[in-house]
Amino acid sequence: MGDLTRNFYVVGVGGQGTLLAADVIATLGMLQGLDVKKSEIHGMAQRGGSVSSQVRWGSQVFSPVFVAGEADCVIALEQLEALRSLHWLKPGGIALISDYRINPVAVTMGRAQYPSNDAVSGYLADVHSISVPAMQLAIQAGESRTNNVVMLGVLAAQYGLNDALIRQALELSVPERFLEANLRALQAGRAYYQERGQDAH
Amino acid sequence: MKRLMQGNQAVAHGAWAAGVRVAAGYPGTPSTEILEHLAGMPGVYTEWSPNEKIALDVAIGAAYAGQRAMAVMKHVGLNVAADSFFYAALTGMQAGLVVVVADDPGMYSSQGEQDSRRYAKFARVPCLEPSDSQECLDMMQLAFQLSEDYDVPVMVRLVTRISHSHSVAVAVPDRLEQGSEPPPFPINTSKYVMVPANARHRHPVLEATVSRLEAAANQLEVNQHIAGSCRVGIVTSGVAYQYVREVLPDASYFKVGMCYPLPMEALRRFAASVERLVVVEELDPVLEEALQQAGIACEGKSLFPLVGELSPELVRAGLVRAGLLPAKPQPAMQAIPDLPQRPPVLCPGCPHRGIFTILHKLKVIVNGDIGCYTLGYTEPLAALHTMGCMGASIGVAHGVLKAGVAEQNVAVIGDSTFMHSGMPALLNVVYNRTPLLTIILDNRTTAMTGHQDNPGSGKTLQGLPAHELDFKSLVRAMGIDEVYTIDPYKLEETESILRHCLALDEPSVVIARHGCALLPENRRNYRPLKVDAEKCIACGICRRISCPALALSSELYPKTGRAKTRIDPLLCAGCEICAQVCPTHAILFRRQLDEQGGL
Repeated sequence: MGDLTRNFYVVGVGGQGTLLAADVIATLGMLQGLDVKKSEIHGMAQRGGSVSSQVRWGSQVFSPVFVAGEADCVIALEQLEALRSLHWLKPGGIALISDYRINPVAVTMGRAQYPSNDAVSGYLADVHSISVPAMQLAIQAGESRTNNVVMLGVLAAQYGLNDALIRQALELSVPERFLEANLRALQAGRAYYQERGQDAH
Repeated sequence: MKRLMQGNQAVAHGAWAAGVRVAAGYPGTPSTEILEHLAGMPGVYTEWSPNEKIALDVAIGAAYAGQRAMAVMKHVGLNVAADSFFYAALTGMQAGLVVVVADDPGMYSSQGEQDSRRYAKFARVPCLEPSDSQECLDMMQLAFQLSEDYDVPVMVRLVTRISHSHSVAVAVPDRLEQGSEPPPFPINTSKYVMVPANARHRHPVLEATVSRLEAAANQLEVNQHIAGSCRVGIVTSGVAYQYVREVLPDASYFKVGMCYPLPMEALRRFAASVERLVVVEELDPVLEEALQQAGIACEGKSLFPLVGELSPELVRAGLVRAGLLPAKPQPAMQAIPDLPQRPPVLCPGCPHRGIFTILHKLKVIVNGDIGCYTLGYTEPLAALHTMGCMGASIGVAHGVLKAGVAEQNVAVIGDSTFMHSGMPALLNVVYNRTPLLTIILDNRTTAMTGHQDNPGSGKTLQGLPAHELDFKSLVRAMGIDEVYTIDPYKLEETESILRHCLALDEPSVVIARHGCALLPENRRNYRPLKVDAEKCIACGICRRISCPALALSSELYPKTGRAKTRIDPLLCAGCEICAQVCPTHAILFRRQLDEQGGL
């Protein structure tokens, strides 16, 4: 594979729109004329479990999956899932992390503890990451379910992808009636990156 | 046109392009999307059959009648359909018949990871193995062609990583059209009536077919020799090819596209052209054994795992072990240890939660079946104690009762699973007399695979209205008098009916009927509940129903210092099961929320 290869690791909790986010990222690769592979696992019950998907862009991609330590970018829609995925990053990779938290059942049962804010900061100390209040931005933009697309807005800004391209990718991935809400979420993510994302570098 | 296509979608496109007329299957991860895609394409009849055996018989019938046909299933579905798979190999057909089987190495959503390539050899059915979406599309067309050229069914074997990966493929705009006039039925009893006398004649025909195909396989384009370094030659197939090609780009490759029968002459020439021969394959050593049996020295499972899914990482590790690659430095970052796990759980609003909450309370032994409700075994519900395969629950529970144990025993089985293979087992309960309580968890859909219609849902795969099976009448006709329909959202009613049935001295059936909370019509009625924090004493009883929507509040109950409960409004469906178990009535019912105008 050539220098163009990019590996994306997308994670979240079932019901958050993780797979849709991965679809859009894969489509973005296609629209740039690259070879693309995307892989995901559809497991049992649809809501509440960990969900992950891998997307690869390149001049020629063989394996649909890559190896831990090879992701250029981790996109996490939930904080604990972000921590679970940090080792997928390659040295110099970036993690785009929604600060939204969903307690696993083990935590609500009192059998495990959700990592504290301090612990999260500790884990992220040596990682190039941008924390995004994606849920809050999505709600402000009018639709909580677009929290995944807020993260795509951050990604678009990070990779310098223009609006026309990402709009086209969204049109191919979301039903038309949700397009406007998604475009608002996209802009919210992009604006957040431009205002705040720079600080994290 | 170039498109990003899921493997399953590409299989559907390839079948359509090949002019398939009839396609049947039973939903099963990772194969389900194939028929869903095909159902939307013109000129094809598609159906969800009650089980895989029926699906295969349907496809065989259509192929006997002279139309290209296919059956689609997951690997364990082929166990169910095996009887038909074997006779179809003996009879052959008038038109092409393709059996698409999706294996699940790593068991992401299955009870086992058997390697279906073994079935191909077992039944003498040729088997193609694609390694990306383009090959799915192309090999489906080849499969129909081979099936007709050699008068034998052809299997296309997928795995989860092919079925559920997307890659770029070129869609075919037109399809191969066959004549529109229905052909006469081919009356040919010596070929299509498998009484012993006829079957004895057909078996040597099949063996000869395989020999002819084996010779032809040496020229088949899907069996590809990719020249590279002669130091090492890799024999591989399917997704394993992609992994090894990525980590060892310079080797010579023999990429096996048809894994049964194998092109032994071509493989022998390939082996002679390289210094060392390594076989990289997922699950069983099918290729390796065949090479060794032919006297071709090779290495394989001594380097790579026999169990589980392969990955570029595992392939690399094997090649390091073989001395073909240098050891890779450890990645910079290790996985963070001891993070709370997030295993699959019953969804918020899941109607199974009501049944398992009561079964847990009644402390009975529960024999389970295949479906979302298998998750009833997880802590803290912990109310499911056996589960083996589709339709096993009722037979196993009957056997437990016949053997005799101290505890009370019940069977739970989903609506679709009951129609798949539970019905004969219930008949056995009546016929051979056990006082078994069978609970049919009727959530109005085949939920776990993503909401497929079934004979109980009132709609076909193609979205047409269908007769809705009346479970109650069916069960009564089998000879069970004690039959009750309940709403599992209503805990008191559920408990009292289950208690009644457990005390009976005869077979009984409870139909727990409530639609899956994720069905679109039910999603529209979501109403997140709220906790009255004043009343919550942080006892944690609500959280024992294992609902992801119940979260810990930052507010503590002063007497114990424990966190009160809060409800995540994004996840809560408003089923009110938590509200019913709350001892202090702190969780407000929908009705109370209405009265208080939302609190």
